[in-house]
Amino acid sequence: MDEKQELLSLLSTDAREDVDDIARQLGTDAETVESLLDELESDGTVHGYQAVIDWDNTDTEHVAAFVELNVELDRETGYKEIADRIAKFPEVESLRLVSGDYDFAIEVTGDSMQDVSQFISEQIAPIPEITQTVTHFIMETYKEAGIDFGDRDDDDRLSVSP
Amino acid sequence: MTLQPNDRVADTPESGIRKFFELAEERDDVISLGVGEPDFSAPWAARTAAIHSLEAGKTSYTANRGKLELRQEIANHVEQWELDYDPDSEILVTTGASEAVDLALRTFVDPGDTVAVHQPTYISYKPGVRFAGGEPLPVPTGADNDFVLTPEALREAGAADADALILCYPNNPTGAVMNAEEVAAVAEFCVDNDIDVIADEIYAALTYDGDHTSIATMPNMRERTVVINGFSKAYAMTGLRLGYAMGPPDAVEAMNRVHQYTMLSAPTTAQYAAIEALRSCEESVDEMATAFNRRRRFVLSRFEEMGLDCFTAKGAFYAFPACGGDDEAFAENLLEEQGVAVVPGSVFGPGGTGHLRISYATGMRDLKEAMNRIDAFVADR
Repeated sequence: MDEKQELLSLLSTDAREDVDDIARQLGTDAETVESLLDELESDGTVHGYQAVIDWDNTDTEHVAAFVELNVELDRETGYKEIADRIAKFPEVESLRLVSGDYDFAIEVTGDSMQDVSQFISEQIAPIPEITQTVTHFIMETYKEAGIDFGDRDDDDRLSVSP
Repeated sequence: MTLQPNDRVADTPESGIRKFFELAEERDDVISLGVGEPDFSAPWAARTAAIHSLEAGKTSYTANRGKLELRQEIANHVEQWELDYDPDSEILVTTGASEAVDLALRTFVDPGDTVAVHQPTYISYKPGVRFAGGEPLPVPTGADNDFVLTPEALREAGAADADALILCYPNNPTGAVMNAEEVAAVAEFCVDNDIDVIADEIYAALTYDGDHTSIATMPNMRERTVVINGFSKAYAMTGLRLGYAMGPPDAVEAMNRVHQYTMLSAPTTAQYAAIEALRSCEESVDEMATAFNRRRRFVLSRFEEMGLDCFTAKGAFYAFPACGGDDEAFAENLLEEQGVAVVPGSVFGPGGTGHLRISYATGMRDLKEAMNRIDAFVADR
């Protein structure tokens, strides 16, 4: 693995590390990490750094839904054009073109189920190329971004062993 | 007096690690860098295989040598180190690598035989040699040579007359590794002086800079070497107690004789887990090794920053910085004042005096905090 790949692999496990600690773990110096980060951010490889939150553990109202979208393309409009329009809504958390029975898989969030339904029916469904939407409200999240919400840090090893 | 331990047992002191365990257990704010096992759990696929085997009622003994399926997987697995062993006649599955070490000693050591043990090293070898009726001969290694064993050190310690050598690289407690050239030099010494080798390679998969070289791959060494490995460290399966020994057919047959009368067979559930571990868990192993490697670089760089002299450990999950002077007092005061548990190097033999064994088998967050506390402790002195 080259330095850039190692940095990406480390960030994908924990992006909260400060630059000095990243440098120590990669066996390089802070300046190198800074410049690699600049490069990765400006060339569109790294788009951001976010916490993985279990919203059910907070007092915040947070409702999310996966929505399947079917679309009809024509001469002027391809997937890219449709995706660009959908992606602009802040309610849309993720947007992917997928293989299988439908075309786009999107994740939508809001403060309530009504909020989310309303957004789908008023903003997404009316887009002319969209022929069908199927909304799946998320009932419970068990794992996200590779992190199992059920895993707790209980270390039952002996504190000192040979 | 009833139940009087025999002289060998009576003369073997309790491990120095015990004392630090008890001290650390007295407090609940301790970050421990004293743990000799991974902080990960065994890969889920391996655990699932164990669960399924239990559900299917696979709770009887296996063949003495272990399930043939497992021995076949082991044979494939060790090819990465250029080791070639026949699953039928040259591999014995044991209850942890610990049993394999004990078996080798009890099988090949005659009363009064001398067994060279490089120092500092894992605490069980010397007692194991004594329990088998042999005499351990300490061979010092030091920080000046990155804790690598050399023919000169062997010669100087009088090991030319030894009957056997226990070789443990990557090493616990130092994290030292030996490159091909260094292994070749020791191999030549063993061939020239007709010394058998018990090679404990339990940390082989945790070699971070270059590849692990097994001494059994050196010219004329295969016939005089028992290679020992297991699932505890690389697969995070310490509690499942599973290891293996590999050697020429006659040697394995002889070890199996002791094994069949004393252990019968290694734990069956663990064998099912191990088969799956070897078949499908390479990715988990790589992830763990990558995490260890990052932490290794992290602690080495922190020690450098705080001015603690530490050679570049390249294997296992230990660093072995010099703390100067009385390592036991250092470790006790560090625990007392900063709540960080480490193991004093002298526990691992005279060569370890003045050093600390730092296990980085601990999550980054704790590791960072522990390093800050050690930094503060060192700065205060």
